[in-house]
Amino acid sequence: MDKSQAFLQCANCKKILFSIEFEQNLRVCPHCGHHHRLPAKLRIDLTFDEGSFQELDTDLRSIDPLSFPEYEEKRKGAEAKTGTFDSIISGSARIDDNPVSIAVADFTFMGGSMGSVAGEKITRTLERAAEHGMPAIVFCASGGARMQEGLLSLMQMAKTTAAAARCAEVGVPYIAVFTDPTMAGVLASYASIADIIIAEPKALVGFAGARVAKQAGVSKVPDDFQTAEFVFKHGMLDRIVPRKEMRSTLSTLVKTLGGNLRTELIKEDVPHG
Amino acid sequence: MAKNFDEWNRPLKELEDGIDKLKDFAKKETNPAKKTDLESKIDELEKRRDNYIEVMFQRLGPWEKVLVARAPKRPYTLDYISAIFTDFVELQGDRRGFTDNAIIGGPAMLDGKPVMVVGHQKGRNIQERQFRNFGMAKPEGYRKAIRLFDMAERFRMPVISFVDTPAADPGVESESRGISEAIAAGMFKMFELTVPTVAIVIGEGGSGGAIGIAASNRVLMLEHSVYSVIPPEGCAAILWRMPERGADAATALKLTAEHALQLGIIDEIVKEPKGGAHRDPLEASQIVKSAITRHLAELTPLAPGEIKNERYEKFRKMGIFEVA
Ligand SMILES: [Zn+2]
Repeated sequence: MDKSQAFLQCANCKKILFSIEFEQNLRVCPHCGHHHRLPAKLRIDLTFDEGSFQELDTDLRSIDPLSFPEYEEKRKGAEAKTGTFDSIISGSARIDDNPVSIAVADFTFMGGSMGSVAGEKITRTLERAAEHGMPAIVFCASGGARMQEGLLSLMQMAKTTAAAARCAEVGVPYIAVFTDPTMAGVLASYASIADIIIAEPKALVGFAGARVAKQAGVSKVPDDFQTAEFVFKHGMLDRIVPRKEMRSTLSTLVKTLGGNLRTELIKEDVPHG
Repeated sequence: MAKNFDEWNRPLKELEDGIDKLKDFAKKETNPAKKTDLESKIDELEKRRDNYIEVMFQRLGPWEKVLVARAPKRPYTLDYISAIFTDFVELQGDRRGFTDNAIIGGPAMLDGKPVMVVGHQKGRNIQERQFRNFGMAKPEGYRKAIRLFDMAERFRMPVISFVDTPAADPGVESESRGISEAIAAGMFKMFELTVPTVAIVIGEGGSGGAIGIAASNRVLMLEHSVYSVIPPEGCAAILWRMPERGADAATALKLTAEHALQLGIIDEIVKEPKGGAHRDPLEASQIVKSAITRHLAELTPLAPGEIKNERYEKFRKMGIFEVA
């Protein structure tokens, strides 16, 4: 979706859309309501108070500890394409003046996969929340663990979950937002143990990726299988929230769930990770 | 490349079948000269067998480790439980409407001290395999484990986890009941525990299905077990769209115990009897038992808060990256 073009096509219904209208509508198709994926930076701009975001953990770089086939090339390609160094952007921000510790995933960076760096950034985001008494908000978008880092990626599931347990222990609310797609190792770790789980409409949400499931012999599935609507129906989500209501929903939850933090815990404007 | 353990093991199996046959003959043989002759032949073949095992197991490649880890006669969790513990009582049910047979568990005694045991269980014949769902637990398996973890905390019992699963169950039922949440909640609960926890990978450590009961203070691996973020066949399907290239994927994934130790993921490699745990399950059990008791002895003197913090710090360090 090139911003310079006046028109574009909806990825779902294929109708032609005006770019300006599309952007004003937060990249949601006005005809079919399809929520197109957002780059992490744009998501931050749309969700948090203007100019409040302070990016942290910018010095973390993935390496290739397993010498895995084609990993270097794939990662370099993703860096060039996205202008970022990994699939997670993390830092602090405000939402209607309330400070929050945030992490936002970018699916365009190697499918948002979680390797050592992404796991470290999520962990630091949750640790900063626990340490400074700020609610944590994490936007998920990932195909799962990054297989190119092998067991190290698997262990990020445990590491991030441990950090979420810290938030729970000190009484800091943690909100996860499932955007398209939230899958596998990410869904089966920090994403699913948030206090509040919200999803965008129609987001793909599931444990086994299509190819892995096929490999395991899973064939007949319901039409809405692995959608936000499917997992909502089965009680795994608090709400499905359209993009235009996301900011206000998060803000209200931060206000209520984080309401007692002000008196019980010290807040700092800019946490130092 | 052999596709499964039996194919890989065929030369050894044929050699051993030959030895058994000769032994049969020798037993029935009444002519002393012929008997001696047969016995010396048996001797020779047994030497060849030992030598073959020695050579085969000296340098098992990653794919061979996968095959051995999946060996049908490899001891499973219940085999270890019966050899290591006394007074084991299996407990069932997630108290949410479901029961699972791929994760089992319950309280037991280890050298006279109470512990809580949890583990994946595979089956040996077709009926058993189906009953155990091939060792692939559904959400109710993890939720049962969480119940047991809770009890362990309440009654101050160390938790021992035996890990042996190809993966968590990926089917429609499991998705409907929140398999991802169940795995995440399993890890979450393990991080809350203030009792010592020790996990040992005895066969296949299959990704999320494994870590859901293995976020422990100490994580051990049997010498020929494997631990991986994705099954090698699944990895090959994604990388090359060729699941049959599992052997190449196994190499790329670095899923052996040696690699896990090098990467700082596990604390110890537990040696197996010559030729693998399946050749001497009782000896394997004794080795596993002494490793578990040694680690528990180190953890038990720690204060509850220290036990929990030690576990946090252990996993907190995991990951390899650069700081620019
Ligand atoms: Zn549309």
